Amino acid sequence: MEKMIEIKNLHVQFSTYGGQVQAVRGVSFDLHKGETLAIVGESGCGKSVTSQSIMRLIPTPPGRITSGSILFKGQDLTKLSEKKMRDIRGADISMIFQDPMTALNPTLRVGEQIAENIMQHENISKEKAKEKAFEMLELVGIPNPKERLKQYPHEFSGGMRQRIVIAMALICNPEVLIADEPTTALDVTIQAQILELFKDIQQKTDVSIVLITHDLGVVAQVADRVAVMYAGKIVEIGTRRDIFYTPQHPYTKGLLRSVPRLDLYESELVPIAGSPPDLFAPPSGCSFAPRCPYVMEVCDRMYPVSTKLKESHQVHCWLQDERAQKFVTTIS
Amino acid sequence: MKSYILKRFLSMLVTLWVIVTLTFFLMHSIPGSPFNEERATSDAVQKNLESFYHLDEPLAVQYILYLKSIVTFDFGPSIKQPSQTVNDLLGRGFPVSFELGMVTLILAVISGITLGIIAALKRNGIIDYIAMSIAVIGLSVPNFVMATLLIQQLSVNFKIFPAATWTSPLHMILPTLALATGPMAIIARLTRSSMIEVLTQDYIRTARAKGLSPVKIVFKHALRNALMPVITVLGTIAASVLTGTFVIEQVFAIPGMGKYFVDSINTRDYPVIMGTTVFYSSILIIMLFLVDIAYGILDPRIKLYKKEG
Amino acid sequence: MLEKQEYKQIPDEWFTPKKKKKSEAEAVVRPSLSYWHDAWRRLVKNKLAMLGFFFLVILVVMAIFGPMFSPHSVTKASFTEQNLPPSASHWFGTDDLGRDMYTRTWYGARISLFVGLMAALIDFIIGVIYGGFSGYKGGKTDNVMMRVIEILYGLPYLLVVILLMVVMGPGLSTIIVALSVTGWIGMARIVRGQVLQIKNYEYVLASKTFGTKTSRIIKRNLLPNTMGPIIVQMTLTVPTAIFAEAFLSFLGLGVQAPYASWGVMANDGLSTILSGYWWRLFFPAFFISLTMFAFNVLGDGLQDALDPKLRR
Repeated sequence: MEKMIEIKNLHVQFSTYGGQVQAVRGVSFDLHKGETLAIVGESGCGKSVTSQSIMRLIPTPPGRITSGSILFKGQDLTKLSEKKMRDIRGADISMIFQDPMTALNPTLRVGEQIAENIMQHENISKEKAKEKAFEMLELVGIPNPKERLKQYPHEFSGGMRQRIVIAMALICNPEVLIADEPTTALDVTIQAQILELFKDIQQKTDVSIVLITHDLGVVAQVADRVAVMYAGKIVEIGTRRDIFYTPQHPYTKGLLRSVPRLDLYESELVPIAGSPPDLFAPPSGCSFAPRCPYVMEVCDRMYPVSTKLKESHQVHCWLQDERAQKFVTTIS
Repeated sequence: MKSYILKRFLSMLVTLWVIVTLTFFLMHSIPGSPFNEERATSDAVQKNLESFYHLDEPLAVQYILYLKSIVTFDFGPSIKQPSQTVNDLLGRGFPVSFELGMVTLILAVISGITLGIIAALKRNGIIDYIAMSIAVIGLSVPNFVMATLLIQQLSVNFKIFPAATWTSPLHMILPTLALATGPMAIIARLTRSSMIEVLTQDYIRTARAKGLSPVKIVFKHALRNALMPVITVLGTIAASVLTGTFVIEQVFAIPGMGKYFVDSINTRDYPVIMGTTVFYSSILIIMLFLVDIAYGILDPRIKLYKKEG
Repeated sequence: MLEKQEYKQIPDEWFTPKKKKKSEAEAVVRPSLSYWHDAWRRLVKNKLAMLGFFFLVILVVMAIFGPMFSPHSVTKASFTEQNLPPSASHWFGTDDLGRDMYTRTWYGARISLFVGLMAALIDFIIGVIYGGFSGYKGGKTDNVMMRVIEILYGLPYLLVVILLMVVMGPGLSTIIVALSVTGWIGMARIVRGQVLQIKNYEYVLASKTFGTKTSRIIKRNLLPNTMGPIIVQMTLTVPTAIFAEAFLSFLGLGVQAPYASWGVMANDGLSTILSGYWWRLFFPAFFISLTMFAFNVLGDGLQDALDPKLRR
C-alpha cells in the first residue's frame, strides 16, 4: 500500500523555565493511503506534539524538532521552508483540533472562514469558493447550508461547529487529515455521528486519517491500525485486531483493562498505578518500568529493542526477549 | 441589537440628568456664591443672573427652569465677564479645543495601536522592551510635565517649535504631542496585551493550520478580536484627553474652552463653571454612548443576540 | 536500537522480576509551590518591578527622614535667598520666597503620598464593601447596585472632582473626599466580579459538599484568589490619585499653604520656566513622574506575578 507519511526517529524538544522537555523521543511510524491510524496514550505522552510536528505547527521558540525526518510524498517536511509548508497546510495535509467551541473565529462568518481555505491555496473566484463551501456544508451534513454560510460561529452547537471545522479542513481535498481528539469535547451521541462522518468521508475521498485520542472506544470504532504512545515513545503498534485481541505491552494491557465494562457484571475498575515520568530527565531504560507489574532489572537499565511479532505488529518490551519468557508463564 | 441600543440610550439620559442635577445643587450650596443671597457683584451682573436663573423663585422651580434651559442649550450668563454668555465662550473656545482633542485622539489611537501590534508580534524582544518602556514613561509623566518639558527643550532651548497659541499647523505639534503621550501609552499597552492574548486562542491555531500567511492572520483574524477591549476603553481615553486640554491650553496659551474653564475656576465665575461642566460632561457621556454602540456593531455576538431570541 | 552484539551481552540475571517499591511509581518529581510562594518568586524575578519597589521604599524613607538632613526648615522664608539654583547649602535650590526646595520636596512627598494612599485605602474599603455585598447577594440586589454603578461610571471622574473642589473649597481633606467619591467604582467592579466567579467555582461547591465551614471556605478559597486583582488595582489607584492631586493643584484647587504638595510646587515652578529657574519645576515634576512610574511598574509586576494563568 502506498505510504502517505513516513516518520523516522522523530525527536521534539521544548525549552521551558524548568529546562528542556523531551516531548517526543524517537517516534517512527507510517501512514498508508486510505487508512485510519489511531494514536492512543494518556495526557502528556506526546501524541499531540507528534501530530502537530507533522504540520510544523509547534511554536518554534520554545519547541523544536531536534532530529528525525517526516516524509510526505517523498519530501522531508522538517526541511521545508515555512512558505512551502504553508502551501501544504490546509491543502495537502489538514488538521482539526479538540475543542470546536473555540476553533472558529467569533467575529467572522462561517462561510468566509471555510472559503478562505480554498481561496488561499487555489486560484479561484470568490463566488466559486462560496459554492464549494456550500458543497462542503452539505457533505458534512449541515442542514440549510445557504443560510448557515452567512451565520457566525456562536449560532451553532458544538457538534455542528466540529462539522464546520471538518468542512473547512476538507475543502481543498487534502490527502491526509490529522484529527487531534476531535470528539473528546462532545457528547457521546454527537461523537458517534462525527465518527460516522469520518468513515463516510474516507469512503468517498480515500483520505488518510491520523486520529489522536485517549478513548479506546473511539479507536475500536474507526481505527484500522493503532499506535500506543507512552512518555514520548511508541511502545506498541499494530492493527486494531492485534491491539485489542493480542496486546503485548503491559501498558497496552493496562489501558484495555482500565476501560469500564458494561457487559461484565461486577468487574473492578483497574487503574494503572502511578503517573507518567518526568520528561525533563527521561530515564534511560524503559519509561514504563516504575509502573509495570512485570518489571525486570534490565528494564531499568536499557531501553527495550523492537520485536516484530507479525508484519503488522511491533512492540518494545523486554518481556519479549526469550530469556524473559522463562520466568513469566502467564501474562494475562 | 435594538434593545441594546435602547438600554444604553436610557442609561445615558439618566447619567446626563444626574450630572446636571448634581451640578445645579452643588453650585447652589456654595456659601458666598451669588446664588445664595450674597450680592457680591455689580448690579448689572446681578440682574442678568436673576433673570436667567430666576433667583426669586423657590429652589424647585429654579431647578426645573434650569433643566429647561439646558435642554435648549442655553447655559446662561457669565459673572466675571458681563458682556459674555457661557454660550459665547463655548462658541469661541470649543472649536479650538475640539480640534486639539480630535487630532490628539487620532494621533494617540493610530500610534498606540501600531506600537501595540509591533510589540505583541516581537514579543519579549528588544523592540517590545523599548516600546513598552516608552509606554510606561508616557503613562507616568503627567501631561503638564510633558508639556513643559517639550516647551523647554524644543522651544526655548532649541527653538524648533513655537510655544504658544494655535495659529498654524506648526503650532499644533507640541500641544498634541504633549496631550497624546498618555493615551497613546495606554492604548499601546492594551493593544499589546490583548493581541498577545488573542494570538494564543484556538482559532488562530486553526488559521495557521489552514496555511494562512502571518500577515493575514494578524490583520484579518487577530486584529478584530484584539481591538475590542481597546474600543471599550476609548470612552475613558476621550475623557482624559478632554480634561487634559484644560492643562495643555493653559500651558501653551491656546484660546480654547479649557483655558476659559480654568480661568473661570480661578475667578470663581460660577455660572461659567456650571455651564462648562454640564456641557463637557454631556459630550463625554454621549461619547461613551457612541463607543458602546460601536462596540455593539462590531461584536457579532451582541449584534445578533436579540435576533436569536 | 541495540546492536545484536550488545543485545546478547545483557546478563541473564537481569531478566528476573524485580521487587518494586510502591513509592517509586507515585514519586512526584517537582515540588509544587503554593500560590503566594510562586507569585512572590515571579515578582522578585521581575527586575523592573523590583526597581520600582525599592524606589518606593527609598521614597518613603526620605519622606520621613529626608528633612532631617537639611538645616533648613520648611516654612522659613528668606528674602535674600530667593530663587537660588541648587548649591551646596541648598541642594535643590530655593523657591521664590527663599524657602529651601530640598526640605519642601520631602514634605511635599509626605502630602502626595498621603493623598495617594488615603485615596487608595478609601477606594478599597468602599469598593470591597459595595462590590463584595453586591456579588455575594446576587440576584435583584446585585442588579440594582450594578445599574447604579453603570450610571456613576458615566460621570467624568475629573470633572466631578473639580466640581466638588470648587464647592468644598481647596484643602487636604477635601481633596481626599473628592477623589474618593468616584474612585471606588473600579474597585467595586473588580471585587464583585471576583466574588461572582468564586461563588460558583467548582471547588467551593466541592468544599461545601464535604461540609467545610463557610469561614474556612472564605479563608482558603475566596481570599487567595480575589486578593490578586484587588492588590493590583490598589497599586494602580495610587498614581492616579497622585496625578489627580497634581492636576488639581495645577488648576489652583490643590492643598493650601502652609502645606505644599508636589503638585503645588510644580504649579509654582511652571510659571517660572521661561525665566530659567528650572529647578523649581524640575524637582517636583521629576519626583511625581518617578513615583508614578514606580507604582506603575510595581503594579504591572504584581499583575503578572499574581495572574494564575501564568503559573508554573
